[in-house]
Amino acid sequence: MANELLLSVSDLHTWYELKKWGFFHAGYVKALHGVSFDLRKGEALTVVGESGSGKTTLLKTILGLAPVTAGQIVFSGQRLDGKVRAGWLRSRVGFVQQDPYGALAPFMNVRKILEEPMLINRFGTPAERDQRIREVLEEVRLLPIADFLPKFPHMLSGGQQQRLVIARAMVLRPSLIVADEPVSMLDASVRVEILELMRRIQKAHNLGVIYITHDLSTVRYFSERVFIMYAAKFVEKAGVHEIIHNTLHPYTKALLAAIPDPDPENANRYRDVPAGEPPSLVKPPTGCRFHPRCPVKIEGLCEVEDPPAFEPVRDHFVECWLYKA
Amino acid sequence: MTDHTIADRTQPTPAAAPAKGKGDGTLLRVKDLCLHFRTTRGVLQAVDKVSFSMDRRRSITIIGESGCGKTSLARAILRLLPRNVHTYTGEVYLDGTDVMKLSDEWFRQQVRWVKASMVSQAAMNALNPVLRVGYQVAEPLMIHHRMSKTEALGRAREVFRLVGVPEDFLHRYAFELSGGMRQRAILAMSLITKPDLIVLDEPTSALDMLTQANIFNALKDIKNQLEVGFILITHDISTSSDLADEVLVMYAGQLVEHSLSATGYRKPLHPYARGLMASVPTLREDKKLEFIPGQPPSLINPPTGCRFAARCPQRFDRCDRDPPTFEVGDHQELVKCWLHAKD
Repeated sequence: MANELLLSVSDLHTWYELKKWGFFHAGYVKALHGVSFDLRKGEALTVVGESGSGKTTLLKTILGLAPVTAGQIVFSGQRLDGKVRAGWLRSRVGFVQQDPYGALAPFMNVRKILEEPMLINRFGTPAERDQRIREVLEEVRLLPIADFLPKFPHMLSGGQQQRLVIARAMVLRPSLIVADEPVSMLDASVRVEILELMRRIQKAHNLGVIYITHDLSTVRYFSERVFIMYAAKFVEKAGVHEIIHNTLHPYTKALLAAIPDPDPENANRYRDVPAGEPPSLVKPPTGCRFHPRCPVKIEGLCEVEDPPAFEPVRDHFVECWLYKA
Repeated sequence: MTDHTIADRTQPTPAAAPAKGKGDGTLLRVKDLCLHFRTTRGVLQAVDKVSFSMDRRRSITIIGESGCGKTSLARAILRLLPRNVHTYTGEVYLDGTDVMKLSDEWFRQQVRWVKASMVSQAAMNALNPVLRVGYQVAEPLMIHHRMSKTEALGRAREVFRLVGVPEDFLHRYAFELSGGMRQRAILAMSLITKPDLIVLDEPTSALDMLTQANIFNALKDIKNQLEVGFILITHDISTSSDLADEVLVMYAGQLVEHSLSATGYRKPLHPYARGLMASVPTLREDKKLEFIPGQPPSLINPPTGCRFAARCPQRFDRCDRDPPTFEVGDHQELVKCWLHAKD
């Protein structure tokens, strides 16, 4: 599938200003620091990172909900720089939120929830809108449709609510879906169902999907490419199989070691993970941002100079001095 | 006494429970515990006739989907009940004493936080923002053991070391600590009175992967060093295997399987437990994930037969009747399913 470019992000910086007493400037939270990637139509990619690593800020910046401090985002050939009408962008990008119950208005029933985006974007006639609502409900398997239309969010189970959120993201026929931890609030037994549903929809409509998660173990069931994020930067970018079986960056290694598989033997061994916490994004450490926690840091280099992206294996990028050519 | 607690669940409980059963290997024995809530739509059977027992120094893990009654079970054991309780019956033997017979005040003074403590979900947000962390951690000793403040703070220093919090954090306030450190402080608080039993209700679900792994390493240390039994309640099956000697699976307010972790994770017996294990994504091995279609029944009017029957791939005629608990296998695993009936 050689597809056209859908989204191109280059050297993106997003900074939030900190204010003292709501007035005086007190520094910046550098939530994104030089992030670049390309996404083609029909391609799914996953961003994995811990909380506070900047992954949600990345989504917000793409959705136009956070400022672009430097760098640029090009979506469907259009540069997003604040001059683009919000409605133009939001009718082309679907958003699947983390907490489905929080994302659905409790006073609207299923029909209203799905009709609202179409009303705002002046989509079709009432009959066409009704037709579209039925199509998306069919697509996310909320069946029988007639039973679900008058229901309110609290009458649905967690899995059904998340299906509804996906249906709402799909209703305007977007070309890009961004999903912020879409399954982290769901039970294990329905998680797989939702991931498979998103995968099916993505294939059927040739959508671009950006999936954000902190759980590496679900990634292989969803996308081809994975970006690992640490302290506002991508530290490693590679294919799913490559990243699991040929892990390069020490942080990714730690992340993989921290994720258990259900195995009774786990109770008898310790996990090999570095202590400490991710750094503050107001004053990030000099040099490589992982160096204070890194078990294999090179003295005199890692704490001084920020590593550029190396490509030791084809299509496998890593920002770590260990792989200097 | 056999090696595994699972075995002695079927034995009768001693009528006159010895007050100090130190020689007895059983730490906790729960029999027919029910906790029903009053709601506007009827009586909700959150915990329905749950029986199990655990040995000293063992750790058991209770897994199940949200709303299956895991947290209610923990709260029923520690008698931390909300106001809308409809029924609260059964027997809970902690250290040989039936604590259900104690008055609320006696329970508060002599059992809670003395013999059994709890780390609840998102507990790190439960720290008092205007008190120093060290004082809060030491407080149970001052209240339950009438210790002086200096003495109690000395003990707090010891438990801080045990859970991996730097000692100078004693003088900090909660907002000066990261989420992981706050969770460790809460863990220190639950350990300070040297209880026999600690109930951990989703202790790490609000934390990052690396922090979570670090806390589980600390828990393993504690388990190896101290005489303490853990009940770990979680919906995260992969993580639960980090601290499990035995696995209890709950479904719709009932306990459906109780087995050793080797069986519980590798070849579970109950169809629900099998479905649950098959739905867990794994990082290292390539497996086809499955899911359980449908959703759990309402606990207000649960089905009279097996509660899993409507979603069960192996259901048959008998499933219309409520299955008793059967004992199967070499390790006397307990499973509540007609498939394992011995005819």
